[in-house]
Amino acid sequence: MTAMTSPMTPAIEVRGLRKSFGPVEVLKGIDLTAHEGEVISILGSSGSGKSTMLRCINMLETPDAGDISVAGEKIGLKRDAKGNGQLTDRKQVERIRSELGMVFQSFNLWSHKTVIENIIEAPIHVQKRPKAEAIAEAEALLEKVGIADKRNHYPAHLSGGQQQRAAIARALAMRPKVMLFDEPTSALDPELVGEVLRVMRSLADEGRTMLVVTHEMGFARDVSSRVIFLHQGAIEEQGSPDDMFTNAQSERFRKFISA
Amino acid sequence: MDFVFLYETFVTLISAIPTTLQLAATSVALGTILALGLALCRLSGIAPLDWFARAYIFVFRGTPLLVQIFLIYYGLSQFRGVRRSMFWFILRDPYWCAIIALMLCTAAYSAEIIRGGLLSVPHGQVEAGRACGMSRFLMFRRIVMPLAVRQSLPAYSNEIISMVKATSLASIITIMEVTGVAAKLISETYRAIEVFIVAGAIYLAINFLLTRIVVLIEYRLSPHLRQAPSLQPVAAGEMR
Repeated sequence: MTAMTSPMTPAIEVRGLRKSFGPVEVLKGIDLTAHEGEVISILGSSGSGKSTMLRCINMLETPDAGDISVAGEKIGLKRDAKGNGQLTDRKQVERIRSELGMVFQSFNLWSHKTVIENIIEAPIHVQKRPKAEAIAEAEALLEKVGIADKRNHYPAHLSGGQQQRAAIARALAMRPKVMLFDEPTSALDPELVGEVLRVMRSLADEGRTMLVVTHEMGFARDVSSRVIFLHQGAIEEQGSPDDMFTNAQSERFRKFISA
Repeated sequence: MDFVFLYETFVTLISAIPTTLQLAATSVALGTILALGLALCRLSGIAPLDWFARAYIFVFRGTPLLVQIFLIYYGLSQFRGVRRSMFWFILRDPYWCAIIALMLCTAAYSAEIIRGGLLSVPHGQVEAGRACGMSRFLMFRRIVMPLAVRQSLPAYSNEIISMVKATSLASIITIMEVTGVAAKLISETYRAIEVFIVAGAIYLAINFLLTRIVVLIEYRLSPHLRQAPSLQPVAAGEMR
C-alpha cells in the first residue's frame, strides 16, 4: 500500500473480467470495486451475466481473463491451451472461498444434515474451529435469522423462506468478509420473500459488505449503497440508487425498472 | 415327513453357515472397495481409466460367475508362471479362488450402483460445499459420499443378497459351505428333496435377516426423507 492509493483496501476488486461459455461471451470486461461496508445491488435482465459475474468472484466459474482480488489478495489464474481460465492454486481458492459467504437461489442446504449441522459443518471441518464454539455461534445466528426453533429440522421440512434464512446463517457462520447473494429470493413464493429480505436488510444495517444479484427493486433502491446495471455482459450504468432510480442516463435501465 | 432327518440335516448344515457368511462378507467387503475405485475411474473424466472400468464391467457382468470361478481356479493353475509366482499360495487355495471370483464379479455390479449413487448427488449441494472452501476430499467424505450411500442402499441390498446366493457356486470347487455340505449329505443319503429344502430355508433365513438389517440402516440414515418432526417434541440439546 502506497500513500497514493486509498487507505482502505477494497473488499473486492474486479478488473477486466471476461467469461465465455462455448462461443457465447457472457462477460465482456467487467470492472467493479466493492469497499468495505458497501451493499451493491446488481441488476439486469436474465442472460445479462449478473449471476456469472458473482460466481466468478468465488471461482465457482473460472474467468477466462481479468483479475479478481479479495481483500487485496489476487486470485491466481492462468490460461490453458484452449484459452480457458484455470486456477493456479486450488488451496488459495479454497481459503478465499471460506472468507466469502455465498447464498444461492435454490438454497442448496445439505439435505442429509439438520439445520444446525448445516451451519456448523464448514466452521468445524474447513476452519477447524472447536465444535462447542461453532454450535454456540450457530445458535446465535439461528436466533438472528429467526429460526432458532428449527434447529434440529432437516431442510426438506422447512419452507423456502426458512431454508434460505438457514442458508444465510450457514454463510454467516464462516465469518465472511463479503456476502455474495445470487438471486436469494427468486425461488421463493411471494409471501416468503419478505422474511428473507428483512434478514438481508438487517445485515446491511450492520455494515456488512454485500454483493446482491437480485430482481427486488425495492431492496436495490432502499438498502443498497450502489446499483449496477448489467446489459449483455457489460456494465451499462452504475451509481447511487437515488440517481439511478430517478435520473438514469441509460434508456435500457429506465425501461428495465419501469417494466 | 421325516422330521428327525430334517432336524439332523439342519444341524449338519448349520455348521457350514459360517463358511457361507465368510465367503459373502469377505467378497462383498473387498468387492465394494474395488467397486468404489471402478466407479471413480468411470467418473474421472480420464479416458484410459474410464475405458478400463467400462471394459472390466462389460466382461465381468457379461460372463457367468461359474465360468469366472472355473477360469480362476482351474484356468490360472495351468500357467507355470502363475504356479511359480508369489501369488500361488493364494491361487492354489479354492477358498481364496472363490473369494477372488466373487469379489471381482460383485465389484462389476456394485461399481454401477455406486456410480449411479454418486451421479444422483444434487449439483447445488456440491456447489455449496465448494463455495465454503471445502477441499475435494472433504467434500467427498462429508457431502458426496453420505448422499450417494443413502441413494445406493436399496440397490446395494439386492447385490448383497445375490452374493449370498452366489456363494453356493463355490461348492463346485470343493468348498464346504452350505450347498457343498448339502450335496455331500445327498450323496450319502440320496434324499435330495429334504436336504435341499433345508439348505434353501437357510439361505432364505440369512437373506431375510440381511434385508431387515439394510432396511434398519436405511431408516437410520434417512430421517430427512421422512415426515417432518413437527409433531414430535425435540429435546433441546439433542443432536446426532
